[in-house]
Amino acid sequence: MIARKGIKNWYIYIPLVMAAFFYLIPMYVMLVTGFKGFEEVSLKTMWNFPKEIRFDNFIAAYKALAPYLWNSFNMVFPAAIISSILGSLNGYVLAKWKFKGSDIIFPAILFGMFIPYQSILIPLVEFMRDINLYGGLPGLVLAHVIYGIPITTLTFRNYYATIPKELIEASRIDGCGLLSSYWHILLPISAPAFVVVIIWQFTSAWNDFLFAVVLTSPSNWPVTVALNNMAGSQIIAWNVQMAGSFLAALPTLLVYIFLGRYFLRGLMAGALKG
Amino acid sequence: MIDGMINYPKIQAGKMRIKRETLLSVALITPSVLAIAIFVYGFIGWTARVSLSKWKGLLPDYTWVGLENFLGLFKDPRFHIDIRNTLIFTVIFVIGSLIIGLGLAILLDQNIKGEGFFRSLYLFPMAISFIVTGVVWRWLMNPATGSRMSGLNLLFDALGLDFLISRWHTTPYWGIAFIALPAIWQMSGYTMALYLGGLRGIPVELREAAQVDGANEVQIYQFIILPLLRPITLSAMIILGHISLKVFDLIIAVAGKQLPLDVPAIYMWQVTFDGYFFGRGAAIGILLLLSVAVLIVPYLIYTLRSEAEL
Repeated sequence: MIARKGIKNWYIYIPLVMAAFFYLIPMYVMLVTGFKGFEEVSLKTMWNFPKEIRFDNFIAAYKALAPYLWNSFNMVFPAAIISSILGSLNGYVLAKWKFKGSDIIFPAILFGMFIPYQSILIPLVEFMRDINLYGGLPGLVLAHVIYGIPITTLTFRNYYATIPKELIEASRIDGCGLLSSYWHILLPISAPAFVVVIIWQFTSAWNDFLFAVVLTSPSNWPVTVALNNMAGSQIIAWNVQMAGSFLAALPTLLVYIFLGRYFLRGLMAGALKG
Repeated sequence: MIDGMINYPKIQAGKMRIKRETLLSVALITPSVLAIAIFVYGFIGWTARVSLSKWKGLLPDYTWVGLENFLGLFKDPRFHIDIRNTLIFTVIFVIGSLIIGLGLAILLDQNIKGEGFFRSLYLFPMAISFIVTGVVWRWLMNPATGSRMSGLNLLFDALGLDFLISRWHTTPYWGIAFIALPAIWQMSGYTMALYLGGLRGIPVELREAAQVDGANEVQIYQFIILPLLRPITLSAMIILGHISLKVFDLIIAVAGKQLPLDVPAIYMWQVTFDGYFFGRGAAIGILLLLSVAVLIVPYLIYTLRSEAEL
């Protein structure tokens, strides 16, 4: 048997390292700028290392962004958790309790994942006004929950499809009904899928701009809207903007660093490759 | 296809139970189905209705005007710029992401040391919002020259790579092409992950058989591996293509709202929420939806059908 021969030459690392530089450039600029003192900040020296580590920029950026960071936190957790629970129930029914018409319902739900939101934005705003949720965070949470249903349903359905139907059948012989099978058999082994989905929803709600800018009033802005506003203004220096960008990116970056492999699974579900 | 309920129908009591549980299972997904029916399909219908109405101003006006809003758009020079910009952006963004993604995936597939490290590094921009990416790249792609030079231009100048110094997104006519650069930065790692998944799915036996037949490494890629990756390329093109049709926040964060870099999503936002021309905004929304649907609907049908055949 011939073992698969890998290219062992060192020059294969040249493009890999060059690509690494390409991906790290924005992080590098954000961090070296962020850690400079105000007097050291100048566009001329933006690529230089800071002479001493200072937190002026991060403090200024945090002061400017703190309320909006909290808005984001208050919005993403309910958004991620509620849409995950709904996705789990839908996934269970669509994977294990197919009924007449469920083969049409599933793709019809999935399509909602791909629509450009410009095609529902006007009714969404009107509707939120009608039910008095316009301008505040609950309305934004509702939008994220509902437009998150397709991806959460897809992920859970694919996950539950891999669980042998004998498990469910055995529980039915033991007298379990539809709900108790879910509660006693599937829910306890759903943790991996919940982690994937919650991370995915957390990231996409945190990073969203469109719903936030259209549905919330200034005091309820999440950090993406506030950061964009800060970057557009002439008053706030570019070094504070860089530090602010880093603060706005930090929560999802931490999630990625510590739970990256789950994040990747969420991504793959987005490509319908669960 | 076959599920738990098949085993029971012989018994009358079982039949009752199945009927009840089918109702229960339907009841369980009804809230979500209703929500999607209203917020996706109902709202699309509502937008379509607005796109056929006269509504311009703060108060809704559903007076029927037929296709007037669409015809107005097609005659609008701004919309022509939007279509041109979307095309340029899409071509550069999709091709750039595919080439970089495939290249990195092939390199990472060579049993190299530190594969996991490089993979995570290439993928991390996916975790960041387009707004953050845009704000940082706005300073990297600063077009100022001379004594006010900064960002990548300053770096190129210092490295003696003067020929790379660019006006970036302020380049006349082709400015939008440079917006594809941060988009590629953000999405090429994802494309790499898709390809890497595909490469890992190719059985080792195929490569071995080709090696036995005397094929060299280049021929193995050319005749065996690349053709097998075609479905991945297709999925990646569709996913990247639909992202580029929706591109919005990245441009806003890099350059704000300016006409040379306008795209349909920005036009829709401005004409609706700044200009209160709801009829026209809705028409843009519907056109965006149609162009995405042309990509996504066949893809959904194809993917679900091939899944059912497994």
